[in-house]
Amino acid sequence: MKGHPARALTIAHCEALTDLWLAGPATLVMVLFIFLPVAVVAVLSFTDYQFGAPGFSWIGLENYSKLFGSTLGRRAIVNTLIYVAIVIPLSVGLGLAVALGLHRMMAWAPWLSQTLRTLYFLPVAATLVAMSVAWQMVLHPSLGIVNQTLAALGATPRDWLSDRGLVLYTLATIGIWQTVGYNMVLFLAGLVAIPPELYDAAEVDGAGGGWSRFWTVTWPMLGPTTLFVLVVTATNAFRVFETVATLTRGGPAFASDTLVYALYREGFVYFKAGYASAITMVFFAFLLVLTLAQFRIVERRVHYR
Amino acid sequence: MIRSLFGRMLSTLLLFAGAAAILLPFAWMLSLAFKPRDEIFSPEIRLLPSRLEWGNFVVALTETDVPLFLWNGFVVVAGILAFQILFAVPCSYALAQRRFKGRTLVFGLVLAALLVPFHVTAIPIFLGFAKAGILNSYGALILPFVPTAFGIFLFRQFFSQLPADLFDAARVDGLSETAIVWRIAFPLAMPAATAFAIFSVTAHWNDLFWPLIATTDPHLATPPRGILYFRDQESGDDVGPLMAAAVIITAPLVIAFLLAQRKFTQGLAAGGLKG
Repeated sequence: MKGHPARALTIAHCEALTDLWLAGPATLVMVLFIFLPVAVVAVLSFTDYQFGAPGFSWIGLENYSKLFGSTLGRRAIVNTLIYVAIVIPLSVGLGLAVALGLHRMMAWAPWLSQTLRTLYFLPVAATLVAMSVAWQMVLHPSLGIVNQTLAALGATPRDWLSDRGLVLYTLATIGIWQTVGYNMVLFLAGLVAIPPELYDAAEVDGAGGGWSRFWTVTWPMLGPTTLFVLVVTATNAFRVFETVATLTRGGPAFASDTLVYALYREGFVYFKAGYASAITMVFFAFLLVLTLAQFRIVERRVHYR
Repeated sequence: MIRSLFGRMLSTLLLFAGAAAILLPFAWMLSLAFKPRDEIFSPEIRLLPSRLEWGNFVVALTETDVPLFLWNGFVVVAGILAFQILFAVPCSYALAQRRFKGRTLVFGLVLAALLVPFHVTAIPIFLGFAKAGILNSYGALILPFVPTAFGIFLFRQFFSQLPADLFDAARVDGLSETAIVWRIAFPLAMPAATAFAIFSVTAHWNDLFWPLIATTDPHLATPPRGILYFRDQESGDDVGPLMAAAVIITAPLVIAFLLAQRKFTQGLAAGGLKG
């Protein structure tokens, strides 16, 4: 070491200040807008706080027992789970089917395959709220093309968005419509990454037909992609909000109420911050499990290479 | 041979049917946006209007606040992206290319923050903003999204692949670390920046949740919030202009997607990591 110890210290200080200058601001806003709010929402979930109220009292787990114990609270949870349970298999399954079809089409009609891929991806890029308004007109009781077609075919027109038994399935259909293209893109990337030699090897081993090729090569090789797609679809489905807020506001009679919509309504329409915080925490717990699973899958994918 | 030809036809047919289902709401939206009033309310099925009625677009652009919604959307999305990059890029550079005390802690925070969906932080942020009196402002729409764990993660990945020699050489040339970040590292990170920008712009142009909470002033409405104001005001006979407004609001991102498909798909697929 040349230089004086005092000077070396100054350089070390300078370096530390530089690190603070580079990494400090981002860390600070992260603490301020992410970690602090998470701590606050966790604390609030044990209180009866209402926006604008002068004070609050501790009520222990009362908010949680209200959420799990009341018909309305349970309905929001069950509706969300039903929605997720419909969207995941159909969106992932259809995404895979479309990807397989388009991947094979690449061999004999690349241009057509590209065009179809663009079309399928369109809903992912489009503004969901504006498209929900469009869906509202598609499903309109009298002016919508769906009911007009049904009427022309002699079938009974339905109230797709105001029939209690139907509304959740209608929203799930829109959810599937919106996410199939996204899953298709992820699956296509997975398909491209499968080495063609594997198919040749499978043929030598006697797995020549389409189905046996799929089960012996494609499906196992797509395993990590499929897991990833499943978790991404699940996390997105759990957050369903835009379509509910635009098309049904949780109705009719809470038949399409979901966790995030209930959190919005209780918190920001009825201003029950304490109860809404408990809904938030339950929603957070569901997503945390899924996201941690996703992290592990991403890690595994990296390790495969 | 015959069998494979048959399979090919069948799968093509199914793919066309699926594409038609995907296109249905787009087609109906365009159809209603271009239909004259009497055709919208006619009970017979007609996808193609008898003539193109541009009047709906004229009404949407001149008699409603749709241009204002677009402007608000632009301000909010650009503001969010600018601040995100301003904060995330130096931090990711430090995480990737510098050794400092607390580096592991900061990166741990980034990973932990990736686990938190925005909805979870909404109530406390709303409370804080209400206390500070900044609800109903552009600031309220932009500020909560400035910290971006996903952005830091993405840029860090990119910077850690760059050779350390590159930055050492710049230091020898007398560049300050700040100058290295913005004049060397950031320009090199354009591919990551593009992917991130597409993800961020799409997410916030389309967001409804936070604008619904943070603003009650229609003059601050972003496009999704705005179109709901428009829809809730009209009593059911302005369907044409409403659909025209939906077309106008959806158009910027859809056109951008059609022009830069590969980049868009990559950017949005990368966003999946964020969950």
